[in-house]
Amino acid sequence: MTELERHTYDVVVIGAGGAGLRAAIEAREQGKRTAIVCKSLFGKAHTVMAEGGCAAAMGNANSNDNWKTHYVDTMRGGKFLNNWRMAELHAQEAPDRVWELETYGALFDRTPDGKISQRNFGGHTYPRLAHVGDRTGLELIRTLQQKIVSLQQEDFEATGDYEANLKVYAECTVTELLKDGDAISGAFGYWRESGRFILFDAPAVILATGGVGKSFKVTSNSWEYTGDGHALAMRAGATLINMEFIQFHPTGMVWPPSVKGILVTESVRGDGGVLKNSEGKRFMFDYVPDVFRAQYAETEEEADRWYKDADNNRRPPELLPRDEVARAINSEVKAGRGTPHGGVFLDVSSRLPAEEITRRLPSMYHQFKELADVDITAEPMEVGPTCHYVMGGVEVEPDTAQSSVKGLYAAGEVAGGMHGSNRLGGNSLSDLLVFGRRAGAGAAMYVESLGENRPQIAEADIDAAAAEALAPFELEGGENPYTIHQELQQSMNDLVGIIRKADEIEQALARLVEFRGRIAKMTVEGHRQFNPGWHLALDLRNMLTVSECVAKAALLREESRGGHTRDDFPGMNADWRKLLLVCSLEGDGDGVTVVKKDQIPMREDLLELFERSELAKYLTEEELPV
Amino acid sequence: MSYLAKFRVWRGDADGGELKDYEVEVNEGEVVLDVIHRLQATQTPDMAVRWNCKAGKCGSCSAEINGMPKLLCMCRMNTFEESETVTVTPMRTFPVIKDLVTDVSFNYQKAREVPAFKPPADLKPGEYRMQQIDVERSQEFRKCIECFLCQDTCHVIRDHEENKEAFSGPRFLMRIAELDMHPLDAADRQKSAQEDHGLGFCNITKCCAEVCPEHIKITDNALIPMKERVADRKYDPIVWLGNKIRRRV
Repeated sequence: MTELERHTYDVVVIGAGGAGLRAAIEAREQGKRTAIVCKSLFGKAHTVMAEGGCAAAMGNANSNDNWKTHYVDTMRGGKFLNNWRMAELHAQEAPDRVWELETYGALFDRTPDGKISQRNFGGHTYPRLAHVGDRTGLELIRTLQQKIVSLQQEDFEATGDYEANLKVYAECTVTELLKDGDAISGAFGYWRESGRFILFDAPAVILATGGVGKSFKVTSNSWEYTGDGHALAMRAGATLINMEFIQFHPTGMVWPPSVKGILVTESVRGDGGVLKNSEGKRFMFDYVPDVFRAQYAETEEEADRWYKDADNNRRPPELLPRDEVARAINSEVKAGRGTPHGGVFLDVSSRLPAEEITRRLPSMYHQFKELADVDITAEPMEVGPTCHYVMGGVEVEPDTAQSSVKGLYAAGEVAGGMHGSNRLGGNSLSDLLVFGRRAGAGAAMYVESLGENRPQIAEADIDAAAAEALAPFELEGGENPYTIHQELQQSMNDLVGIIRKADEIEQALARLVEFRGRIAKMTVEGHRQFNPGWHLALDLRNMLTVSECVAKAALLREESRGGHTRDDFPGMNADWRKLLLVCSLEGDGDGVTVVKKDQIPMREDLLELFERSELAKYLTEEELPV
Repeated sequence: MSYLAKFRVWRGDADGGELKDYEVEVNEGEVVLDVIHRLQATQTPDMAVRWNCKAGKCGSCSAEINGMPKLLCMCRMNTFEESETVTVTPMRTFPVIKDLVTDVSFNYQKAREVPAFKPPADLKPGEYRMQQIDVERSQEFRKCIECFLCQDTCHVIRDHEENKEAFSGPRFLMRIAELDMHPLDAADRQKSAQEDHGLGFCNITKCCAEVCPEHIKITDNALIPMKERVADRKYDPIVWLGNKIRRRV
């Protein structure tokens, strides 16, 4: 029998970013004993990196805004591939979720009449992003963290124990989900600090593990983004959708090499920053696609007027959805009009006074000053695309966030569907809050329905999970996980990156098979206590599974849409819009299976929010309303 | 552009350890964390270090570089001479777990002892109205990334384990100030700052503000105003008289 510590909970939340914390708050408030398990220290999750803001149609900055416009913008941004029910719930509930944060103590920037200020962002018709300078994610995570603490203080008052009903297991990694028949029975993991095993006996698990960016070389994502939740879900029998859609944020730092990929917030453009090539030209005017032509300015004069009078002018093309801007930058650099370090110029210094820049974009000022010796109030930044977000994730039931496995829920970036083929900036933080809460409620309801009939954990499953976790220590003389990781990142970046071709994706798939063989034989040095080599070895397994999903789905989808651009199929195809690609680990072996599945047609009242002429750009003839 | 740098890194665990010497490649534009990562990838795969965002936003990679509390990800290699030996040690105020990783649970305990934001009873969600100028004071303190470098450097606890119980440290005294200055917080925090969290221990040497990677003026803008508020209340003759009269009634 495996030696381990054992805990019993109603709900276990894996991940302590925005979605995980909001889910845990909900489950605990509904009376469920809840554990939060996270790989880092409490309060360090990737949500802190979000800069620009949290999209919610509160109408504070422009009273014309409402949830319907937010819904329409979200569907447009995702090129109509979004799960429309998720997009609807998201647009409707986001304002309440933001206001609720104020009751937890959040301090957003204000409008002159004292309400929450809202800023412009790519793809959003109105200024819609609640923000705190350019550190909105930090405010969100700290607020939720402090709300968790306040719930623990309530429990302390009542029971004398802060952790009676809500406990954070920090620096603890879950390596396997356990099942009893077709239902979740618990989760198995290890403490990073000691390497000792830990078991959670719980009927409901909420995945809130974020994304997959660490499979790519140039990324804005932290080391935690190894696709753990995606892979755990698949191994437990759940399905993933939309894995071919990866968002490359248009503006990451490109120099110096050690910071390549670090995010430069879209707020720079939202607040007036413009993109220029090496010839000094504002090139985005050349890249407005037909589907967006009516909404974007054609001249620099009109674009500049929009910042002062948005109601009577069209928006600057620098604020197109992220996929469009990223592709445009890629094309400019390829055409030889890039900067010395292979990016383009992002200039805010000639657009705003210096003190305004440091007030609105303090972290960007700080980041460039300290990491690149660039003063953004005096000179332009050099920027280029960086792997930022995965639209794909666990296929969930929109209202409850439940996956196809009983007791398994997913919220935030690890869930798929909400953003379709491309996420709008600002829609991530609101997604975390809306669906984090729904996942917490869904899990609580499920646990309630079980009564005394809880799934049981089988001892044999524990032993198997332990053996799997220790496998990297068993072999000697194998490869070091760091080397394999670097090669995996390079392959995904080069072969399944921002622009894709069938033969390159096939090469990537061949390399993934080779990596799988090498991973099975790698060696970890040292012992189990805080051993980063071992941690990476375990995470690599997940990165490999996720990369295989991305590559296989990317090969199948023969069109270009949002975060999936095929050089050999450059157009958008309405027949493909109706189809989702569903990944699973069916059958024997480790291989990923991808199958096509029809989308559920959009509800009629939602369809009516669009002009027929716009729908005709996306939908097939049969789908169009009469 | 590249050169071989001399690094000296503390290796060991709670039972003891020592500084070990390494020679490691450094390239243009790199920070200390890049070099630690290169050591992991090429020479010491089990060297323990905390890090997350590598962009100075999460506050995970706190350590001491040549004795100065710093974020490893924000310390550029070109701030050293190529011939210089760079010494990296774990934060001294907290117990070592392994190599550069320390047990920072002290901070999470103290965080839990600061009573949470108390929402105003008469306002529903969505009804909060605050002026920008009024939220800015607390917003400065909410820039804190909880790297705990201020806690590490604070002499009240740096070499005085015995003070840890009575003193919450600059990070959490600042948290109390942040709540005290929140325009809508409904709780009274001043007495507790002095009596439960040891505000009186702070003798405003400003070391905390000096090491803060977010450049928050912890002492000037949080701790000193907090001390003034406490003092006003305790020693103001009118307040004193008011208290006496009320007590008599």
